[in-house]
This record gives sequence, structure tokens and C-alpha cells, in this order.
Amino acid sequence: MKVVLDHLTKIYPPRNKKDGGFVTAVNDFCFEIPDGKLIGLLGPSGCGKSTTLNLISGLETPTSGRIFFGKDDVTELPPENRGVGLVFQNYALYPHMTVMQNITFPLENLKGADKLSKEQMEEKALEAAKMVQIEKLMDRKPSQMSGGQQQRVAIARALVKRPRVLLLDEPLSNLDARLRLQTREEIRRIQKETGITTIFVTHDQEEAMSITDMIVVMEAGSVRQIGHPQEVYEDPKNLFVAKFLGTPAINVFEGRISGGKLYIGDDAVMDAPAPDQEVWIGIRPEGFIPAADGPLRCRLRGVEVMGRDTSIISENDHCQSDTIRSIISSEIRVDRNSPEVRFAVKPNRTYVFEKESTERIYFGWETPYSPNEDAPSCAGSGEAAAQAGAGPTKATEA
Amino acid sequence: MLEKNNRKAWLYLLPAMLFLGAFMVYPLVDVFVYSFEEGYNFASQSFFGTGLYNYRYVLRDPYFMQAVKNTFILVIITVPLSTGIALLISLGLNSIKKLKELYQTVFFLPYVTNTLAVGLVFMILFKKTAYSDGLINLLINFFGGSSVDFIDGPYWAKMFVMCFYTIWVVMPFKILILTSALASVNEDYYKAAKVDGTAPFRIFTKITLPMISPMIFYLVITGFIGAFKAYSDVVAIFGTDLNAAGMNTIVGYVYDMLYGNSGGYPSFASAAALILFAIVLTITCINLLVSANSDNF
Repeated sequence: MKVVLDHLTKIYPPRNKKDGGFVTAVNDFCFEIPDGKLIGLLGPSGCGKSTTLNLISGLETPTSGRIFFGKDDVTELPPENRGVGLVFQNYALYPHMTVMQNITFPLENLKGADKLSKEQMEEKALEAAKMVQIEKLMDRKPSQMSGGQQQRVAIARALVKRPRVLLLDEPLSNLDARLRLQTREEIRRIQKETGITTIFVTHDQEEAMSITDMIVVMEAGSVRQIGHPQEVYEDPKNLFVAKFLGTPAINVFEGRISGGKLYIGDDAVMDAPAPDQEVWIGIRPEGFIPAADGPLRCRLRGVEVMGRDTSIISENDHCQSDTIRSIISSEIRVDRNSPEVRFAVKPNRTYVFEKESTERIYFGWETPYSPNEDAPSCAGSGEAAAQAGAGPTKATEA
Repeated sequence: MLEKNNRKAWLYLLPAMLFLGAFMVYPLVDVFVYSFEEGYNFASQSFFGTGLYNYRYVLRDPYFMQAVKNTFILVIITVPLSTGIALLISLGLNSIKKLKELYQTVFFLPYVTNTLAVGLVFMILFKKTAYSDGLINLLINFFGGSSVDFIDGPYWAKMFVMCFYTIWVVMPFKILILTSALASVNEDYYKAAKVDGTAPFRIFTKITLPMISPMIFYLVITGFIGAFKAYSDVVAIFGTDLNAAGMNTIVGYVYDMLYGNSGGYPSFASAAALILFAIVLTITCINLLVSANSDNF
């Protein structure tokens, strides 16, 4: 089922007089979720992602804008008539009911022609339970199960009515690290098997990037970028997205463009065919190449070799954070005792943003992201220049 | 090592054991002994013999049977009614947004008011003398009825005042417990139910009620125990000569047997007290059995 959000806006009135102004939780959200895809809503807490989910589920009504499931306008429909399944962060399993009773609960609410016999309900419940592999635990109470098992029950309960859209609100946050990895694969498998359009809310960028077909990065109620996870990582449209995605985080410098060169302090790190201006420069940890004659000079603070990778910790007065973390292959040796380390930067891992608007400045050589081929690991500016006319992919207008 | 730890454990428990022994176990045993000693006299510390005579006397005493009847009526009427009404008020309090704190405070006020003072207020509200009517009687007159003496009149009128008063006095605590129980039910359960299209009444019976059932059981058990021990409330409304008013309770009967006008009979008092203990124990056990068999988490 295709889900279309059309200029969706949710504004909360002030709670009391002292509280002051209105809060815009979701601001003019436009997005068409293709049928059968797994979409990640990603953003820091309070960015409006859960509100968006509640709007889609019908638990909250939008201040303006419309929601369509396929061709049906569901904006005015109550949750039960939309055909949505919702999984909560804390699972919200009814503690006094067994797994079977929990899963059949949504079916018992059906009225009229849809009404099912007890046998039919149990059959459907068992079917949903099999999908999440908990069919042997049907007589247990939630308190007798582990967090991962409870999560599966919650998913089975959401799936039992065969929803048109499955909504998951931070489904992995209450699980420990190992279970989280396992469960996210599980969610991906179930989503693929059922083919139900699924929207997945998370603040964990790794979760979102690993299993989703597309991610929507939100900040303060607004959509900042939509696209394939890797595309958003490789081609951030603004400073917020660049900073939000990636572990370790991107290194942000204050810099300037002057005479077609990009400067960090006095170091001209690369060509920048754009008007002179103050800019923000973001360099991914993997965007640094240690080189004896590299233009970017940093004070070396430490070197951590961890098997495959080496982390170089260094300092630069123009960096926003105290230290710069760069990751290189451990095959490259770094002199630990040198007071200074010099880097060249990879142009396709170095992003330049306007100072005021924090929007990305494109220079024309960036390769548009295509999910089918592996992105070139270190695209030289020469070969990419051939595609200069193509420009960045405009995912926001999809 | 285990031996040593055991000795240590008993040592730590000693102060509590001493206090419990001196002020609970010893008096309990004493009361038990008194109840079998016939014609025990405090002053001379003497008695005629031992046996079940005290129990036989108490169980044949019409005043005691009246007290048992009054107590049971009080328990059976006030415990379910006060819990039910408290639940309704708590649900109401939980669903309003404006002035919630104010209402919660108002409903809690009777709890911090002295029961004797409240009893006095009730007496003034319900009384009727040859010269004047209380507020309730004025209301009854206004709607065309004739005055009823609730304090010194027919049995049902007095029982009505008694039950009304008891419900009013025990309600605040129950409302306090139930509002906090209702507020502690996670909002997500209701959201989940709403997404599944559960009707409001079904949400109440299938989700809210089971979720707060431990608190309801707690209130019912303590309510039973409290109502069986009713005494000061009765005195506050009907005065100390409860046998004459026909409004005595079991605890009142025990008190009368010890210190009242007909008092000075510790043996009879002990027997009555043990009968009350047996009743409360039985009811509590039944309650616990019922709650153990119902939904547990």
C-alpha cells in the first residue's frame, strides 16, 4: 500500500499561558512512500518523528495536510478504520493476558460481517505467531518472556489483522545490543515476507541505515533529507544531515572559499569553484589521506590501531570539536611521535555548506548516487567532472 | 559458618521480636486464655473454672447478635459501594483536565478531618428534635416528605446514616489510591487498544480494570477489615450507649463488656474479640483466595 503524506502539519497549542507559543511538531511534511518498502524515520528526540507516526496511525489528527493510503484519503478516518498495525517502544503488551489473548485481542474487536469465530481467531493468531517464531510460547504471560520475545509478540499482534501499513515506534530501543542486531534483521525478514509497507521510527542512524529501503531525516519538525540510506550518507544536503549520519561523526571545520580554493585556516585543502564566502566544511573520518605533503596540518594527539582500521586523533584550531577523528587503513603506517600530521582530503567525502543556511554548496563534480553499483571508493575529481551536468539527485522531490 | 550467620540473624531480629512478643503475642495469648476462664475478675485475679461458657454466653446475648448483625450490614453495604463510587470518581478525576488538582484536594479533605468532628457534623445534618429539624429533614420537608429522626428514630434510618457516614469517611483514601493506580496505567496500552478499534467500555473492562485489579483487591481487603473494626464512627453519631440505640458493633460490644455501664467482664469481652478475629480471618482468607485465582501478571 502506497502511503502519501501531503503537506502534513501538526501544531500543538500552548499547554498553558506561561508556556508561551505554539509548538510545530511536524512542519509541511510531503512524502510518497512506495508500496512494500521499509522506510526509516530518523532524527534526534523531539524532531517530530513519533508525531508523524501517530498522524499516520490516526492517533492524532493533523492541523493541516492530507494522508492517503493508496487512493483512499484516510485523514479523517479513526485508527481502526485505517488498517494500521502499531508496535510500541515498550511493546504495550497487556500484562494480564497470555500471548494468545494478546494476539487475538485486535480480532475480538471486529464487528458485523468481519466477526470471527474463536477457532478462526486462534488460527489467525497462530499464523501471525509462526511468522515471528513464537508459536511455542502462546500460553505464556508477557512477564514470563524476554524482551526480544515480547517484541515478537507485539509485532505478531500488529500483523494479525493484516494491516495495510505497519508502524514501528522505536521498536529496538529497549533491547540489548546483541538482540537489537538480531531483531532488526528479523523485522527486515518479516517485512519482506509480508510485503507490508512499513514505517520505522528510530533515533539510531545505524539501525535506520542497515535495514531500510529509504530514510527520512527529520529535524525540528521538518524533513531535512529523504533518500536511500547510503545516498543520504554520501550526499548530505545540509550540515544537519551530514552531522547526524555516520559513526564516528563527521568532522566539521570553519573555513572559507577564497579565489576558487577551499581554506581551513591558512591551508588550502582543495579546489572550490564557487564565489568567495565563509563556509562550514564537513569531512568524513574516512575522507582523510595522511600524506607528508598534505595541505591540512593538524597536531597529532594519538593513534589507535584496531585491526583493520587505524584511527588518527588530531587537533585543529578551526575544528568545531576538540579532536578530529580520521579513519585510515591500518596498512598505512603513521609516525606516532611526530607532533604534526598532514592530510590530503578526498573531495567526495568533503562537503561544503553555506555559513548561514547550512545548505550544501555543490561544485559540479559530485557523482549522483546510484544504489545498484558500489560507489567508487575514491573518485578522482577528473572522472567525476564528466558528470558535472547531472548534478545531485533530487530525492526530496520524489 | 551457616550456624554463625543464623545466630547473627536472630540477634538482629531480637529487638523486633521482643516488642512484638511483649505487645502483640503476649496480649493475644492472654486474651485467648481469658476467653476460656469463666467469671475472671480483674481485681482479685480469680476465676471459677475453665470452659466454653463465655462463648456460649456471648453468642446467646441478644446485644452481641445485634452488634454482629449491624457490623455485617455495615460491611456488606459500605465496602462494595464505597469502592465502586470511589472508582467512578477516580475515573472522572482521571479524565478531566481543568482544575484536576483542585478536585483531587477537595475529594481528599475528609481524610484529614477528625472522624469525631465529622460525626458531629453528620449528627447535626440528620438530627430531628421536638423543636428543630436538621438540614436533611428540611430538604425532605421541602420535597413534601415528613421528618424522620435519623439519630434516634427507626432502625433503617439510623443504619442509613451509619452507612452514609462510613462511605463518606473511607472514600478519600480509596479515591487517592485508585486515581494513582489509574494514572500509572501506561498510556501506550490505551493507544494500542485504540489502534485496534476497541470500544471504550471494552477498554475499561479488558484493560483498565485488570490493570488496577491489585489495587482494588487491596482496597476491598483493607475495607473489610476496617469496617469490621468500626466503633469510633458509631460513637461519634449515636453516643456511647450503643446497646440502647441498637446500633452497637462488635468492637463496641467488646468495649462495653470491658468498660461500659454493663462492663467489668473481661472474659466475655475476650470471647467476643476472638469471635471477631475469627470472622475477619475467614473473610480475609476468602479474599486472598479469590484474588490469587483471578488475573495475575
